[in-house]
Amino acid sequence: MQNAVELHNLNCTFTSGSSTVRAVDNISLSIAPGEFFSLLGPSGSGKTTCLRLIGGFEQPTSGSIKLFDTDASRLPPFEREVNTVFQDYALFPHMTVRDNVGYALMVRGVSKTERNRRSDEMLETVKLGGYGSRKPSQLSGGQRQRVALARALINKPRILLLDEPLGALDLKLREEMQIELKGLQRQLGITFIFVTHDQSEALSMSDRVAVFNHGRIEQLGTPRELYDAPRTAFVARFVGSANVISGETLRLEPRREYALRPEKISIASHVSSSPSSGFSSLTGQLQDIHFLGSQTRYEVLAGGERLTAITSGAETLEIGASVTLTWPADAPRLLEVSA
Amino acid sequence: MTQPAHQPNLPRPNFWRRASSLLYKKPWLGLVLLLAPPLLWLGVFYLGSLLNLLFYSFYSIDDFSGQIKYDLGFSTLAQLFTSSSNIDIVTRTLSMSIAVTIACAVIAFPMAYFMAFYAKGRTKAIWYLLVLLPLWSSYLVRVYAWRLILAREGVASWFFDTLGFRPVLDGILSLPVIGGPSLSSSYLGMFLVFTYVWLPYMILPIQAALERVPKNLIQASSDLGARPTQTFWRIVLPLAVPGVAAGSIFTFSLTLGDYIIPGVVGAPGFFIGQVVYTQQGAVGNLPLAAAFSVVPIIIISSYLMFVKRLGAFNAL
Repeated sequence: MQNAVELHNLNCTFTSGSSTVRAVDNISLSIAPGEFFSLLGPSGSGKTTCLRLIGGFEQPTSGSIKLFDTDASRLPPFEREVNTVFQDYALFPHMTVRDNVGYALMVRGVSKTERNRRSDEMLETVKLGGYGSRKPSQLSGGQRQRVALARALINKPRILLLDEPLGALDLKLREEMQIELKGLQRQLGITFIFVTHDQSEALSMSDRVAVFNHGRIEQLGTPRELYDAPRTAFVARFVGSANVISGETLRLEPRREYALRPEKISIASHVSSSPSSGFSSLTGQLQDIHFLGSQTRYEVLAGGERLTAITSGAETLEIGASVTLTWPADAPRLLEVSA
Repeated sequence: MTQPAHQPNLPRPNFWRRASSLLYKKPWLGLVLLLAPPLLWLGVFYLGSLLNLLFYSFYSIDDFSGQIKYDLGFSTLAQLFTSSSNIDIVTRTLSMSIAVTIACAVIAFPMAYFMAFYAKGRTKAIWYLLVLLPLWSSYLVRVYAWRLILAREGVASWFFDTLGFRPVLDGILSLPVIGGPSLSSSYLGMFLVFTYVWLPYMILPIQAALERVPKNLIQASSDLGARPTQTFWRIVLPLAVPGVAAGSIFTFSLTLGDYIIPGVVGAPGFFIGQVVYTQQGAVGNLPLAAAFSVVPIIIISSYLMFVKRLGAFNAL
């Protein structure tokens, strides 16, 4: 099948003075048409550079970029069938909202009446009907976000790049926009490539996620795969939260590390000698309790390591007490030795 | 007055502490204290003398005694529009100012564009230096240097000869109005010197305006399918208009009021600045000098209003 995006051995190196940074380090991946694909990683991990390479704002040092089987590695942004929603929206301050949205049509010479009709239609789609004659400075952050989205979508791109589009919004609005974006993507059938450093955002919205670290992809898979089977300690810690525990402590393979999700661990006050079959356990001392509303998080010192357990119940435990941690024997995931 | 019980670790309030807390509670007081001296200066010395000058334009001079008649009237101001030599002076100065402003804008824009978007670090510092360097030496010295450069036997002339372009220079100099016996005694030469002298005042505001254009707007424009020329006309230039407007106010008003360059370089026709200078000095016709200095004020004010209507300040 034809891929929407194909990156092959892509490299991008920045030089400033005497130091060189490999922002994107030999990345290959392919994204299917209509997919919601996220690039997830901490700041400086190369995810944004990767997006900018696809958009054409950076030039690859080596490697190739194919968009729908056409080599686009050397094409300028204005010749790529890709549109971008920028992190801080990048709305044109001297134009009205309508002119901002219709900009892509204007530069293609579409007549003013046709342009305004389609702009207004697009503004309706993003629930900003009637805001056309305002200036961007008269809008709130969430509204600007929608204008940026409408502007990028008006030309019906086959691929939409989103560079941390929700980063500047407050939590409530963020969650609303996540649902809306996902709905819009399903409705339009456009390939979305979404850059974020927020793992919960990536997990909840994406079909597949690539986890970036130091310019490389640590792991690529569906949200469920990443969560259930993290390959490295970095992925385990970055996607959701995880206890990364040595094999010695767990009495499993020595000199290796295991990831154990906090919610897999249950906590009990009595010190039981042996767990029931199919379960493993460890005793330790309760260090701290954080009440989170629907859940409670416990910090336990066990076997010389600090473990976190999250339960939905409310056990009555006291800080300093001896506790037993129990988890299904198949819950710990063996992690790859990092290079 | 009863003192409230004090927290032991706070020091006792003295005069300075009380003053500080008063200023903190009443921010307008601080503003008044800060602005009073400059406003007083501006009001008394600057606006006062300006108004005084404007008043003089309503007086007139007695043709027989040469004394100033302190009766308010429009006879002096009317001379500006009735005497053909005065009309010539105003149009001559105005045309020169417009030409110089346009030339400065055209030359300054690419330089400012380069400084804002391409020059980085050291290169940028060097460009700043190159733009500002001429301002460090005396304006008079530079103007006289240009007279020598543009003179009949000067460097410019030699340059044209060497390149074999003598006929081109002669052709240009034989043109009516802008031509003359040599570059240094033609309006073209004066135009060149004006453009050179005021160029930094155009580069810097445009550069500052371009510097403030977010780079991602240019990327966004390109992303939406605009070719570089379209991005320039639709995004960069409109956002740089406030800078061009600010720069043109400098070059325009500086040319309008200058009285040195027209005396050193160029054809013998009078400019507003020179008239003001001679009328209030040698001739002693202070009312006419005042009337002439009203002209730039009116022109600049209407220019500002025109620029504002263009929307130059909307992006501020």
